[in-house]
Amino acid sequence: MEATDIGLWGVPLAMLGGAIRVSTPFIFVSLGEAITERSGRINLGLEGTLVFGAMSAYAVAVMTGSPWLGLLAASVAGLCFGLFHGWICKFPKVNDIAIGIALMLFGTGLAFFFGKPFIQPSAPDLPAIPFGAWSDIPQVQAALNVNVLFLIGAALAVFLWWAFRNTRIGLIVRVVGDSADAALAMGLNPSTVRLLATGVGGALAGIGGAYLSLYYPGSWTERISSGQGLMAVALVIFARWNPLGCFAAALLFGGAGALGPALQSVGVTQGYYLFYAAPYILTLIIMIATSSPNRTLAGAPGELSITK
Amino acid sequence: MSGTHRRAIGVETIGMTMRFGAFTALDDVSIKVPAGSFHALLGENGAGKSTLVKCMMGFYHPTSGDMLVDGHEVAIASPRDASALGLGMVYQHFTLVPSLTGAENLVISREKVPGIIDWRKERAALAAFMGRMPFKLPLDVKVAELAAGEKQKLEIVKQLYLGRNFLVLDEPTSVLTPGEAQDVLGLMRGMTKAGDLTVLMISHKFHEVTAFADDITVLRKGRLTGTGKVSDLSHKEMAAMMIGDQPIAALDSRAAPKPDAEIVLKVKALKAPDRTGLKSINIADLGVRSGEIVGIAGISGNGQKEFLEVLAGQRAHNTGEVWVRGMPYTATRAEARELNVRLIPEEPLKNACAPKMTVAENIAFRTFDVDGNGKPVSWISAGAIKSFSARLVQQFKVKTASLSSPIASLSGGNVQRAVLARELTGEVDLLIVSNPCFGLDFSAVAEIRARIMKARNAGAAVLLMSEDLDELLELSDRILVMSDGALVYETPIAEASVQTIGEHMAGHH
Repeated sequence: MEATDIGLWGVPLAMLGGAIRVSTPFIFVSLGEAITERSGRINLGLEGTLVFGAMSAYAVAVMTGSPWLGLLAASVAGLCFGLFHGWICKFPKVNDIAIGIALMLFGTGLAFFFGKPFIQPSAPDLPAIPFGAWSDIPQVQAALNVNVLFLIGAALAVFLWWAFRNTRIGLIVRVVGDSADAALAMGLNPSTVRLLATGVGGALAGIGGAYLSLYYPGSWTERISSGQGLMAVALVIFARWNPLGCFAAALLFGGAGALGPALQSVGVTQGYYLFYAAPYILTLIIMIATSSPNRTLAGAPGELSITK
Repeated sequence: MSGTHRRAIGVETIGMTMRFGAFTALDDVSIKVPAGSFHALLGENGAGKSTLVKCMMGFYHPTSGDMLVDGHEVAIASPRDASALGLGMVYQHFTLVPSLTGAENLVISREKVPGIIDWRKERAALAAFMGRMPFKLPLDVKVAELAAGEKQKLEIVKQLYLGRNFLVLDEPTSVLTPGEAQDVLGLMRGMTKAGDLTVLMISHKFHEVTAFADDITVLRKGRLTGTGKVSDLSHKEMAAMMIGDQPIAALDSRAAPKPDAEIVLKVKALKAPDRTGLKSINIADLGVRSGEIVGIAGISGNGQKEFLEVLAGQRAHNTGEVWVRGMPYTATRAEARELNVRLIPEEPLKNACAPKMTVAENIAFRTFDVDGNGKPVSWISAGAIKSFSARLVQQFKVKTASLSSPIASLSGGNVQRAVLARELTGEVDLLIVSNPCFGLDFSAVAEIRARIMKARNAGAAVLLMSEDLDELLELSDRILVMSDGALVYETPIAEASVQTIGEHMAGHH
């Protein structure tokens, strides 16, 4: 197909496409982390879960030929990682942040170990829906080629936002995350609720990993994640533990991340690599602008070990 | 649930005994609370009141003893069993979930919550339920944003919403204004009279007990020391049952005030953000003279805490000035030492101590780095810290296992005594005090108040912030009322009326 020159319009268009494409793993990991943190625990191990999810999804997809089975494998692997984290944290005097860092290294290490044979073969991709088919312009088509996981992630964000207010389970997670005393007085067991919330969070992170290896970039390499799991954890704080905020923040991150490649594609040859740092600079600016020396973080669950 | 008809139940304990290892917290206590009565449980801190109610509510499993509900013996193994029998408790600390709204708190605490909550239906039911309460509460606001008084009301409302027939109230009015206390206890009283509810109230306030309760039971050191009808007992008799024959520190008589004494503390046009960052406190003009106690009354959450934090150097202010003895004061260590400013903040363990450091170290915080002449020392002498602290511990009767125990291991009263020892030793020109007696027992309260009065008579200017109006009326020379971040009312003690002060506290002027 012949590339049509659409000039500078290419930049916002590429950013939109990039936002949709790059943001999906952020959406899943940050929604998973939002569930975990709302229950009063931090799981920093999601980076490891993400990488392991990417590896297991790719491996299963290669072996079975079905990307959906790969996705399932990734979420089960993520669930196991989450439950493992939650189970260790049930013991007294265990620090969830330290366990998270250990599991992050454990997850990536394990993924590299099992993933070695899968660097070469190619796996089938997860399907995308061409919302840009109405247009003749290939850039538009490329930008609007939306993967189903992005749509599921968007729906999940809305669902979680609704569920935190309107379902029994949502309220229970918030109660446990905000006041273990109150939860105990209601006859809830905070450890169990947190165990399950961490498990679900891990499963979502695993799905985020499957997207990485099965759609974009779409292959299994050891440098597949480059810290996206960790950034997603930061996103949750930045989004103030609100699922809709997580979605918006993930999009913003994705868009900023696409700025560098977009500039490069329209022929900016100098300094575009500086824009590769845009997501990190953006995070710093927003964190500083929204911080306050006099206030604690608004909306932070009261039981989190960082806010206690 | 809210719609069903309530019926009061009677509760009895027989020979309740609770031992923690070798320590007997509760020794053969039998109390009887007949259905539809309002019973007060009196006793000092550590007398076993909370142990008793925790045994009744299933938090503790008593070593021996039985419990009867409506004359039938019951086994209560957990709080869940207690609530199934219709027994509920309102704690001194809040059990509401701060980030949930009032409505969410009420609904989620119910025994059966539907998987998906139909908020339209729930709101209508809640509105109908709240219509039967004698006060209004905002249910759509996060609990964290409610004032302490509102939270306490919501705690009680929650128990009523859950359909309890027997309610234990643990010092329910400690955070309420006199008017609010009247409201809440009046509601409880009305419901017991109507036979809907039985109430067991732990209280320190005799006037509330006299006004609302039918009967009292008094505990001392884990034993039952008295019981009777409120109408037959005077405050003096109740106090005697509570404290036995131990001596109570008497207040020094008030030295005559000197209206032209030096103004030690002066605050002008002070503005500072409050903890939400949305509102600000605004102190237009305040002066405290040497030899007087200026009391600041107010419901918690009206900016007293922030004001204290500014004076203590814990919070930055935007504009305005603070002077102490004519010098600008920014609460640095050097200034506090130079101007003899001393501070007794509320929750002393959190705000005035390093909890894991030893008693001796905590007591020496103001003096450990200077020698006898006030010159800085380069080598800190552990021996000097020990002997200094030993002297103060004895002088202020701090009960501690040893000088090298962490201060967090002391009881609340003894932590406060240790802080008083540190703050009131040496010259004191300005003393800033906040809720000094919160949660302390009778004899500790009397002693602490006596010490504050003594400091005043010795010429200190005292700024006393308290949520306990009785305390302010007892100690202050002048009372100011803080409401919504500003000082809104001032009265000399001779003309102070609880009624007027209460109205200003509630912001009705």
